[in-house]
Amino acid sequence: MKQVSIAILTTLAKFFSGATVRWVDCKPDECQRIYFANHTSHLDALVLWSSLPMNLRALTRPAAAKDYWTGGPIRRYVSSLFNPLLIDRKQVKVHDSPVDMMIREIGTTYSLIIFPEGSRNPSGEMQDFKSGLYYLAKKRPDLELLPVYIDNLNRVMPKGEYLPVPLLSSITIGAPIWLEPGEGKQQFLTRARQAVLKLKEI
Amino acid sequence: MNIASFFQSTLLDTPTIVLLVGVLVTLVVFTVLGQYLKRQPAISIDQSIIRTFNSRVIAWLTIFVVLTITMTLPKQVTVFFFWTISFWALREFITMTPTRRGDHRTLFWVFFLFTPFQYVMVSLLNSSSFDWYALYTILIPVYASLFIPARIAFTGDSKRFLERTAKIQFGLLICVYSLSHAPALLYLDLQKYNPSTSTFEPWAGKTGGLLLFLIVMVQISDMIQFMWDRLIGKHVIAPTVNNTRTWEGLIGASFCTGIIGMMIQLVLPVTPFTWYGSGVMALLISVMGSSGKMTMSAIKRDRGIEDYGTLVQGHVGVLDRIDSVCFAAPIFFHVTRIFLS
Repeated sequence: MKQVSIAILTTLAKFFSGATVRWVDCKPDECQRIYFANHTSHLDALVLWSSLPMNLRALTRPAAAKDYWTGGPIRRYVSSLFNPLLIDRKQVKVHDSPVDMMIREIGTTYSLIIFPEGSRNPSGEMQDFKSGLYYLAKKRPDLELLPVYIDNLNRVMPKGEYLPVPLLSSITIGAPIWLEPGEGKQQFLTRARQAVLKLKEI
Repeated sequence: MNIASFFQSTLLDTPTIVLLVGVLVTLVVFTVLGQYLKRQPAISIDQSIIRTFNSRVIAWLTIFVVLTITMTLPKQVTVFFFWTISFWALREFITMTPTRRGDHRTLFWVFFLFTPFQYVMVSLLNSSSFDWYALYTILIPVYASLFIPARIAFTGDSKRFLERTAKIQFGLLICVYSLSHAPALLYLDLQKYNPSTSTFEPWAGKTGGLLLFLIVMVQISDMIQFMWDRLIGKHVIAPTVNNTRTWEGLIGASFCTGIIGMMIQLVLPVTPFTWYGSGVMALLISVMGSSGKMTMSAIKRDRGIEDYGTLVQGHVGVLDRIDSVCFAAPIFFHVTRIFLS
């Protein structure tokens, strides 16, 4: 039953977003990865997850905003299907930060989808990355970090809207990057942001 | 149920089936030819022409295979098929058009109310005492055209207001309203002119032939124009809009299509037209199809894109294939309806 619901959900997500997925200089793989993407719409996590091949979907968990995905029975049900890591954006605790929580939850099996900008920018311009990605890379240097550029999804479902308009969007996944030895936080975050922006041009 | 009585109950009569099979065989031959040419050494032939040729042939083969299947099923299936094409073309059109946040809810109604309702009305034409045709012809040109600016005005975003509303209205008019006249042909109740007695009598053929005639003529016209432009085209119509389309191509394609239209009617009478009527209709379809291509080229140049297929990476570009059908369908529908209904 749950499998059927998941199939319906991913089909709907792909249909409404009209998303095409391109893997540039990388391939779908079951190894543990972190996909980091620009954040344009509440649909980002769901659409990116739906666009992955089926075997990877079972192994990949998107980080998503807790306040949004626990608001109302429909969103709660949908989020139970795509198995997100719900991040509390309102209360960031010092002793149990989202980064610690993510590392604990993914263990040695799951891959992760994160949006390092933290929140969506209504203008569509990419904001600076928050430091979570850096700490993830530092604490788990074995994970591949894949940049993802999501295009046009903000028009499918802009901030504050609850009904989608079925335009066409695209998802581009690029070659993995890693935290270089001795690389500073700001330096790394700028490089990661550039890696995502570069996919816009391809 | 044997095969003969099965086809009796479909939208197809014998000449239509023969034409359809002929088209399918031609397309399969072209597909094979295209694959053969692709494997030739790159120096002997221009590869970009081969690629264009192949992608078009495969697109049209797909469309005709689906159309063949839907035309053996109830009419509503063909209507549904055209709705999906409209839906896809409209999403390509709006994706290409810059809209603003304030247009979001308007677009929602455009996609999920006006588009499906237009096609539901197609399937209700000639079916009940209520005159659905009256509403069908004005829903989008009048009511949607009033609704779109009003709904956007209510959002309070007045920036480039007329431009935004015009773009959405135009997209809806071309991708949905115009194209919906193609399946509407299936619902026409037609007469045939008998020249020997100078009277009209009921037409015994099936309306599937009309739809097929429209689409085949548009395709033949596109193909002939492509060849004339390449081979003898000298005078480019408007280089800033499209630098391959020439006057020679336009005029040559119109006349050739007209002649082919006449010949088809003499060999395979798929429509109720007389042979000269069929020629005029084919000519009209060709001129409208070329106008459609020119219009869509102008929009694409304005937006700085090559094809709708390259708009978002990996998409096929439905609008590139159907723009000429969109322009030809309403005129073909109305002329047929005025003279023979």
